[in-house]
This record gives sequence, C-alpha cells and structure tokens, in this order.
Amino acid sequence: MPSAPSPLHLAVALDAAGWHPAAWREPGARPRELFTARYWTDLVTEAERGLLDFVTIEDSLSLQSSSFAGPDGRTDQVRGRLDALLVAARVAPLTRHIGLIPTAVVTHTEPFHVSKAVATLDFVSTGRAGVQVKVSGRADEAPHFGRRPAIRFRPDELDSPAGLAALKELFDEAGDYVEVLRRLWDSWEDDAEIRDAATGRFIDRDKLHYIDFTGERFSVKGPSITPRPPQGQPVVTALAHREEPFRLVAASADVGFVTPQDTADTRAILARIRAAQATAGRADETVHVFGDLVVLLDDEPGAAADRRARLEERAGAPYTSDARVFAGTPAELADLLLEGQEAGLTGFRLRPAVLPHDLERITRGLVPELQRRGAFRTAYEAATLRGLLGLPRPANRYAAL
Amino acid sequence: MSKPVKQIHLAAHFPGVNNSTVWSDPAAGSQIDFSSFVHLARTAERAKFDFLFLAEGLRLREQNGEIYDLDVVGRPDTFTVLTALAAVTDKLGLAGTINSTFNEPYEVARQFATLDHLSAGRAAWNVVTSWDEFTGQNFRRGGFLAQEDRYLRARQFLAATWELFDSWRGDEITADQDTGVFLTDPAPGRFDHHVDQFDISGHFNVPRSPQGRPVIFQAGDSEEGREFAASGADAIFTRHGTLEDGQAFYADVKRRLARYGRAPDELKILPGVTFVLGDTDADAREKADVIRHQQVSGPTAIKLLEQLWNRDLSAYDPDGPLPDVDPLVGENTVARGRASVRMHRDPTATAARWRALAEEKHLSIRELIIAVTGRQSFIGTPATVADALDHFVQSDASDGFILTPHLTPGGLDDFADTVVPLLQEKGVFRTEYEGDTLREHLGLGAARAVRDDRAGAADRKAAS
Ligand SMILES: Cc1cc2nc3c(=O)[nH]c(=O)nc-3n(C[C@H](O)[C@H](O)[C@H](O)COP(=O)(O)O)c2cc1C
Repeated sequence: MPSAPSPLHLAVALDAAGWHPAAWREPGARPRELFTARYWTDLVTEAERGLLDFVTIEDSLSLQSSSFAGPDGRTDQVRGRLDALLVAARVAPLTRHIGLIPTAVVTHTEPFHVSKAVATLDFVSTGRAGVQVKVSGRADEAPHFGRRPAIRFRPDELDSPAGLAALKELFDEAGDYVEVLRRLWDSWEDDAEIRDAATGRFIDRDKLHYIDFTGERFSVKGPSITPRPPQGQPVVTALAHREEPFRLVAASADVGFVTPQDTADTRAILARIRAAQATAGRADETVHVFGDLVVLLDDEPGAAADRRARLEERAGAPYTSDARVFAGTPAELADLLLEGQEAGLTGFRLRPAVLPHDLERITRGLVPELQRRGAFRTAYEAATLRGLLGLPRPANRYAAL
Repeated sequence: MSKPVKQIHLAAHFPGVNNSTVWSDPAAGSQIDFSSFVHLARTAERAKFDFLFLAEGLRLREQNGEIYDLDVVGRPDTFTVLTALAAVTDKLGLAGTINSTFNEPYEVARQFATLDHLSAGRAAWNVVTSWDEFTGQNFRRGGFLAQEDRYLRARQFLAATWELFDSWRGDEITADQDTGVFLTDPAPGRFDHHVDQFDISGHFNVPRSPQGRPVIFQAGDSEEGREFAASGADAIFTRHGTLEDGQAFYADVKRRLARYGRAPDELKILPGVTFVLGDTDADAREKADVIRHQQVSGPTAIKLLEQLWNRDLSAYDPDGPLPDVDPLVGENTVARGRASVRMHRDPTATAARWRALAEEKHLSIRELIIAVTGRQSFIGTPATVADALDHFVQSDASDGFILTPHLTPGGLDDFADTVVPLLQEKGVFRTEYEGDTLREHLGLGAARAVRDDRAGAADRKAAS
C-alpha cells in the first residue's frame, strides 16, 4: 500500500518591498510604509490567510548594498531596515497560527541575548517562534561593532584556502552559537516553577541548569533568565549554499533553506546534507530541507514574464539571485514545487519578488491550486510551529530520566 | 502669586524578581506568559498612564552558592516583550532597562529605533551598567570591565547611540515611485566614534524614528549618577519614596540642570513606590500588614538578613532573636547578583542599628526585617492615597511615580478604577492622552539633534 504523500510545507521570505530591487516602484507597493507596523502586520496576516507554515524576516547589521565592502551609493533601491526579531514580536499578538522566523546575525550578537529574545518570541506567540541564523563576512559590518578584526572574506576568493578557512571559522562559530541557544532553552526544565507555598520556594533550583559552554571563541555560563519556552526549543533554520553551511544545517538546524537550480542539483544537495546529518549523528532526526525560489506570479500566462521584463528595465540590469527565479502562473509553479518534492525537498520558501503582489498570488493563487491537487493543508492542523512542521517537542537534555 | 498646579506623571512597573511580588496569593497569575504583560499594560493604558516599565537582570541571582529560589525567578527579553505590547496598546509608553556593559551601541540603537518605529514613538531606555563579573559570565565580552570603566563605558555608550540615532536626519527617504529616487542621501547613517571603549564607524541602518531617539531614563543615586542624569537624561527613576528624602533629592538634581543649560522641566523625577488600598484607612493598614507578612516569610527573612550579615544564617530561627555573631565585613560573597547588597555600604553600622531596634521593640528576625525593609509607600482609602500622591508632587518631592503593584497581573486594577478618577477630579492627572508619543506624555520637547544638543555635547566631551 503506498503511503499517503507527505504534505508540502510552504513558507515565504519577507524582505522590504520584495526581493527584486525595483519592487518598491511597482503599483501596489507601499515604499513609504516599510518602517511601519501596519505594513508588516498586513503582510504576515496575508501569509496566514494562505495557511502558510511560516514567514521568515530578513535582517542585516549594515545597509543593504550590492557591494561586499560597504554602501554602494545607490539611491534607487530600498535602504534601511528594522530589527527582524522585533518586527516578528510586533506581529505576533495579531496573528494566531503562522510561524515567525526572524533572522539573527550570529557573528556580531550575543547568544545569551538572542536565546532569551527568541524564547520570548515563543512566549508572545504561544509557540510559533523560530530563528534563521546568519553569519556575516561583510567588510562593513565588523567596524559597526569594532570588537573583532575585520574578517578578511572576499566572495571571489571563497575557494582559495584563505577563503575556505574564513568560511569555516564563521560557520564553526555559528555552530557553537546554536549549541548555546539550545542549551539555554533547555537550561530550565519545563516544570521548574513550583510555587511551593509550604517551603516558600518559587522554583525548584534542581531543575535549573548551568550550561557551562566553552568554545573556541566564547563561553557562556547560564542558566537562561527566561524559562523554557512553549515549544521547548524554537525552530532553528539556516540558509545554505555550500559545504560549510550544509554542515551547519545538518548538525544544528531543524530547517535548511537551499538554492538548487534543477532536479539533479536538488538531489545532489540533499545527498550532501543527509550525509552530513549522518556524520553529525542526527540521521534519525527530522531536518527539513526547503527549496528557496524567487517568484513572480500572475494568473494570466505571460504576465509574470512581462512584469519581470518591466522590473529589469527599471533596475537597468537583468535580475539574478543565489536562488532560482521563477516567473509564471500558479499552476506552473505548483508543478515545479511538486517536482521538487518528488526529488526530496520537504517544502519551499518562496521569496516574493514584489510585495504585496507576489505574496497575494501565492496565498490566493498558488495555495488554492495546491489544495485542489490535495497537496496542501486546508486548515491549520496544529497550534505551534513545531506542530505544523511535524517536529516533536524536544526532550530536555538536562532533565533526569 | 500661587504656584501653578503640577500635573502628575504615572507609570506601571511590571512586578517581579524580588520579594515584594506576592506569588503565593491565589490571585497571582503567571510571571512569564504574555497575557500577564497584556493585562498590566492595558490596565495602565485604560488609566492613561505615561508608560510601562521593565527592569533587567542578566543572570539568576545566587545565595550561599545556590540559585535563589524564594522570589520570582525568570523574566522575558525586554525588547521582545515591549515590542509585542506595542501591538496591544496605542498610547502607553514602553520603557526598557538595557545595560551598557553587555551590549553594543549599534545593536541597542537598532533595537530602540525599531521599537520606536513599531510603537509610533513610545520607546524609552533606562540606561544601566551591570556591575559584576558574575553577570559577565553569560556574555562573550565577559565581566572584565573594572567599575570605573563600566561607567565610562555607559557614558560613552549613550553618546555613541545618540550619534547613531541622529545619523539619519529624517528627510532621507523620499520613495518617489515616479522618479525612482528612494533616498536622497547615497550613504545615510554615517557615524564615526573613536573613544576609549568604542572604535566604531560605518552606517547605521535604521531610518530616524518618530521620537528621534527614545526617552532616556537614568536610575542611580551616586554623585556621578546624578550628574549623568542632569547632563542628558529625560527622567530619573529613583528610590526616594518619602516626602523629605524626595524633596532633598528633587532640589539637588533640579539644581544641577542649569549647569547644562537645561530648564527644570526637562528632567522628570519619578520615584518607584508601592501602594495598598482599603475601604477605610484602618482596613488598608491591616491589609498592608498582611501583605508584608506574605512578602517576608520566615525563610525570606533569614535570606535577607544573610545579605547584610554576609554569612550563612540558615541555622537561625526566623521567629527568634538576631544572630549572636556579627556581619562578615569585606566583599559580599554570600549573595551574588543582587542590587540591594550594594545598598549596605557600612554593614557593621547597619547591623548595629538593626540590633538596637530589635532590642528596643523586642522584634524577632522576621519582624525586624519586615520593619526595616521597604514598606508600602502609600496606604489608605483611594481618597487618602490620591491626596498623598498629589501632596507629594505639589510639594516638589517628585514629578510623579512609578508604581509597583504587589500582584501580577491584576495589582493595578483597583488603583486604575478608584485612585485615578480622584486624581482626575482634582485636575492633576490627564483624562485623555493629549499626544501620541511618550515625549509628549511626559511634557518633553522634541528630541534635539545631537549637533546642537548641549547634553550630548557635554557628554561627548566628558567621554573624550
Ligand atoms: C557564496 C556565498 C555563500 C554563502 N553561504 C551562506 C550560507 O549558506 N548561510 C549563511 O548564513 N551565510 C552565507 N554566506 C554569507 C552570508 O550570506 C552573508 O551574510 C551575505 O552574503 C551578506 O549579504 P547580506 O548581509 O546583504 O544579506 C555566504 C556568502 C557567500 C558569498
């Protein structure tokens, strides 16, 4: 008997006015509202209307730029952004089902702060929080902090020994960082708060744990100041394009975002991640691998391609991305997604080229199309993000058996 | 000519993480669920309060080498919970305590600027320095800063964030869809800050927020702290909760403002206070006594005494007399991570005072601790309390209050329903919000740009 097909998971990646640099000039774009709560609430509410698993919210600790070295001096593109975690927090009380996954730059931030912030996002959203960990090798970010020497990291030298060493250092540190996040989330057992009036104890201190993490770059004592969040551990995600980040996904993440160009590429990437997962001793744990796609969606055949041409003309350059760019109809996209699922991806993270247009075509065009094919949920089936992703609530590593 | 009647400012402090929070009461709710924060915030906003205030502690406190378990333990991340509260309130100011030792200016400035954008101008920052290596063990940068350096860093931190807040003028973004000009400045947010503690430069990436920068609070009582507040803060959170103390502090700090070219109105003085309401004054006093006994159980009394005695007193009976041994003088090694420990500057003298009091009034350890530790500030019927609050402010003992209820999350409900209307009747408290931003609620002018800001300039000078 063939087993029922696993449901497809679907997320959107939100960034400014959309992923295309000229998106803000499109009709319906709201470029003057990018820094308001209402703009973000409307987007996430729309994604929730489409029953999507989660949204991610991009972030960086420098101005957006086409140059790795610093501002590119352009005045025709969106520059400036809000702290992603706080955008997620602002939206959380106004949504009920959708997962919220802000980006955290791990190279320059404190794991203790980020751990409690994501745990708190889990409390304010009652179990819908995650985090996308991102390293920074940008030459202009390190001087914003002035704490560590500028990382000599040139994108065009990535395959040289020096480039590989720099990448390894960044991602090893990210691995330590995630380990600290998870240990801090576990540093309180779920039932540590006892409110025992007889002895006057609010907590049972035997259920709180020092994490005593010591790594190459930093050490953290613990325990967290924030109790264990509703999901036990919020969902950890990362984008990965090559071996070092594949290892991070395999060893540390619950969801990895990858950027295959075709089916063969998809299979090759999945094989590498699954192998790294086995090496990391996590072969029997669920690690979702989502395909990232930039999407331009219109119901009329040809309309999305026309729109892409218009955007490129405005931008004055053809649009390229680390991820594949799709322009077409919801039905064509549904075909592509199911093909990717066939090749082993458990879900997709769509990057709308233009907001809110392409988001609405996802929620109102693609989602109904997938539902017609029996490939997507018709109602939220779980109350937490882990629940939606079919991930168990992790046992606490410190709890006595 | 009679003095004009002053308007009172009111704020709510989310109760927690000390023995004044009565978690054993059946009416006490969760200290961590968001619903508790929503309840208190909505009550405060219904009562037209200026703001809600959150404290901070970045390591769980210890006593005798063990995690302290008698008080509320555990709290959420400040920025995250305040920003979420912006979604369920419209006008209430949102004030967070964030320390300058275990953070970096770029990140903190981003978070406050974001909170200010997402709350449409309601952010406030209470700048503190954590003081110990103990807390530093949770952070990459550790706890290696010496005491003097931590204050230097605090001043320089504030100056650096000020520069970041002001690095966008506010007119850069035009987002003109027709011409295709998103911003008028090709590289906005420029900053360059090279002082002892910071060697940072680049471009800040959050556009100017509605208030320009958050309202700045300072909480500290030292000479240095007072000067710091006079030079640059918008408000002070103080412990001076009695009329005489309050008047002396108020006069002292307001006097310092002139030195920085500031008017007395530009710095609000807000003591943290508590209250107990009853149907009669006698009833309220009785309730207050019951609450004090809930706050100071036998085990809590012993623990509080240990913090002064600086030694293990677990063998002593809380209902018996004071220990026959003297406090251990020197660095406090018994209690770690407690602000209150620093208040006992001369433990021997304090202990002698406590001993004399206990002997004179025949007090047990528990009764003594109840007598000498923070009793409620305002006790009585709503009318009594409203009169007392008004008198306090009109006598220049403060500009208003930060109220800490003893119950989470409903401890402010009665105050909102009974005391606030009386203050409104007296014409000393707003009946509607007149503005939208916290600066407006506090009657502070718009944030001046740092370039011609005297406080900022003075601070940068002091820092350089
Ligand atoms: C080829 C290449 C691959 C990268 N792969 C990853 C990755 O898989 N995950 C990640 O977090 N960062 C990765 N990085 C580094 C970040 O993506 C880096 O922060 C990003 O390039 C900076 O751009 P942004 O800050 O404008 O997003 C990679 C960088 C390059 C150049």
